[in-house]
Amino acid sequence: MSVEALTLIIISITFGIYIYIGWWARVKDTKSFYVAGNDIPAVANGAAIAADWMSGASFISMAGLISFLGYDGTIYLMGWTGGYVLLTLLLAPYLRKYGKYTVPDFIGDRYYSNKARAVAAVATVFISLTYVAGQMRGVGIVFSRYLQVDILTGVLIGMAIVAFFAILGGMKGITWTQVVQYSILMTAFLIMATSISFMLTGNPIPQAAFTFSNIAERLSTLQVELGLKEYLAPFQNLSPINVFCVTMALMIGTAGLPHVIIRFYTVKTVRAARWSGVWALLFIALLYTTAPALGVFAKYNLIQSLNDKPIEEVMQVDWVSKWQSTGLLQLEDKNGDGKLRFTSNENTNEVTIDRDIIVLSTPEVAKLSPFVIALVAAGGLAAALSTAAGLLLAMSSAISHDIYYRILRPDANELHRLKVARIMILVAVLVAGWFGVHPPGFVGEVVAFAFGLAAASLFPAIFLGIFDKRMNREGAICGILTGLVFTFTMIVLMRSPQILGTSEPILDSFFSINAQGIGVIGAILNFVVSLTVSRLTEAPPEEIQDLVEDIRIPKGINEQAAN
Amino acid sequence: MKQISKAQMAYWRKNIGLIRKLLIVWALVSYGAAIILAKPLAGIQFFGLPLSFWFAQQGSILIFTCLIFIYAIRMDKLDKEYDVQEERLRDK
Repeated sequence: MSVEALTLIIISITFGIYIYIGWWARVKDTKSFYVAGNDIPAVANGAAIAADWMSGASFISMAGLISFLGYDGTIYLMGWTGGYVLLTLLLAPYLRKYGKYTVPDFIGDRYYSNKARAVAAVATVFISLTYVAGQMRGVGIVFSRYLQVDILTGVLIGMAIVAFFAILGGMKGITWTQVVQYSILMTAFLIMATSISFMLTGNPIPQAAFTFSNIAERLSTLQVELGLKEYLAPFQNLSPINVFCVTMALMIGTAGLPHVIIRFYTVKTVRAARWSGVWALLFIALLYTTAPALGVFAKYNLIQSLNDKPIEEVMQVDWVSKWQSTGLLQLEDKNGDGKLRFTSNENTNEVTIDRDIIVLSTPEVAKLSPFVIALVAAGGLAAALSTAAGLLLAMSSAISHDIYYRILRPDANELHRLKVARIMILVAVLVAGWFGVHPPGFVGEVVAFAFGLAAASLFPAIFLGIFDKRMNREGAICGILTGLVFTFTMIVLMRSPQILGTSEPILDSFFSINAQGIGVIGAILNFVVSLTVSRLTEAPPEEIQDLVEDIRIPKGINEQAAN
Repeated sequence: MKQISKAQMAYWRKNIGLIRKLLIVWALVSYGAAIILAKPLAGIQFFGLPLSFWFAQQGSILIFTCLIFIYAIRMDKLDKEYDVQEERLRDK
């Protein structure tokens, strides 16, 4: 059977499973719709968080991205894992104790203000929207890469599937499909990494082969010989201050992303919230420690199989011609000596590789069976769909729950609210799909937005709401607005060529901190402004101070749930 | 305002103390070993990799996971010690 046919079959089977789960998990009340009835076991929630977290981009592009950044790839590795320490220690257990459904719920109640609620809801929608735009595109790209359908068809199929299980099953449907999606994507990724690891080093465990064999050193030496950057040396691609700030912005941003935070509301107890954090990071770490190893293996192998080889001979290799036709691999014998050569100079370099090829070509390079190639395709789709679904729920609940129900129509009844929630998620799917088909030119760039804004607005407000009893409405609102406006303006100025269409960035950097790291400064400003303003204005009312004391201990969660 | 018991204050202080200790380790392995000390530690070999590189791409992530694990276990104990567990758990 051909790889394409097998891929189609496996993808159809996985889609069948997602649709079945959506049907099985269909819900009848808003609590099930928004937080899966607080009934998700910690392990399952951990897997769902991990699936939420690992997007189509982290599945397909991350290993490649890191292999191009070398040491400095640590910004993503540490940035996207270290945030879970902050999240689990500083936010998750208390938010779970507080209960309710969304991030703006907490901010609005804690700061006794619908203004704060509205600001938080707008931030949530904006953060999730920038993030989801790339996801839907990712679904389309995965489809087109593996099944040779056009991106539009891919996006439409993806939208239909997500809409089905998200509208019927809400958070419950999303959670259980994410559990399945995590299993698929992780299995696919591990089979791939294990095979190439065994092939190159004789050790099947990628992390161990990466640490104990000398393959990373060989790659580093090889790159130096070719005049490329030294792989193992720090700060070859980014300055130390930027490695520091970007890592920190991604960590704080991770802890402030609404679609991740709301996952902690879905478990039964405070204890389960803490343990979801443990499981989530364990599941994420499995991929994040494998990815840098896979990146090194694949890059080493690519250079070895292409460099200094006669171009005639290379063209005979199956996967070379296949990926060359997609434009991801470009070979050109510029000096006409019949051999291929990697160099650091654009004019003499004869091999150009797209970073996505690191993962995409691995199954074929490692001569894995068509079944594994099909599974990897299903894994990539699972990664893209699960992230999109989580984001869609975060975005639509900020509108249907926080803005519509809590602010505009507090008298709406249960049935009506559920209907609005379902309509909003449909609207969100359509909006995301529209962005997937017509991506704004700056889609790739705006991921900096999502993390920067989450770090500068939501994280400080939630953190201070728990740990600083004296924090009041005035302080929080001023802090959030300062963080948002500063970070937003800075990113727009630094990325103006992509966002505003200027020929040069209006601002090169902020004291040599780039757009990805600017969220750290935004967060610091938020903290400073919040603390200063809160001390100059009236203390929060007594019942709010009681609320803060109450969320600090796990006891009493049932009495609250009864309300 | 509701009265806060001494036990409740002690529980919160211990919680903060634990969080502080774990976050110090968190910062030391990531910002310390992998970024600030990246160059000096690059000279030390850790099996096949320079030590700082290992922290940057493997070690810190493994240690983060351990930190959360320790937190969850220690908090389970602390909850029991101060008798502040959720009702649902105590019923069992």
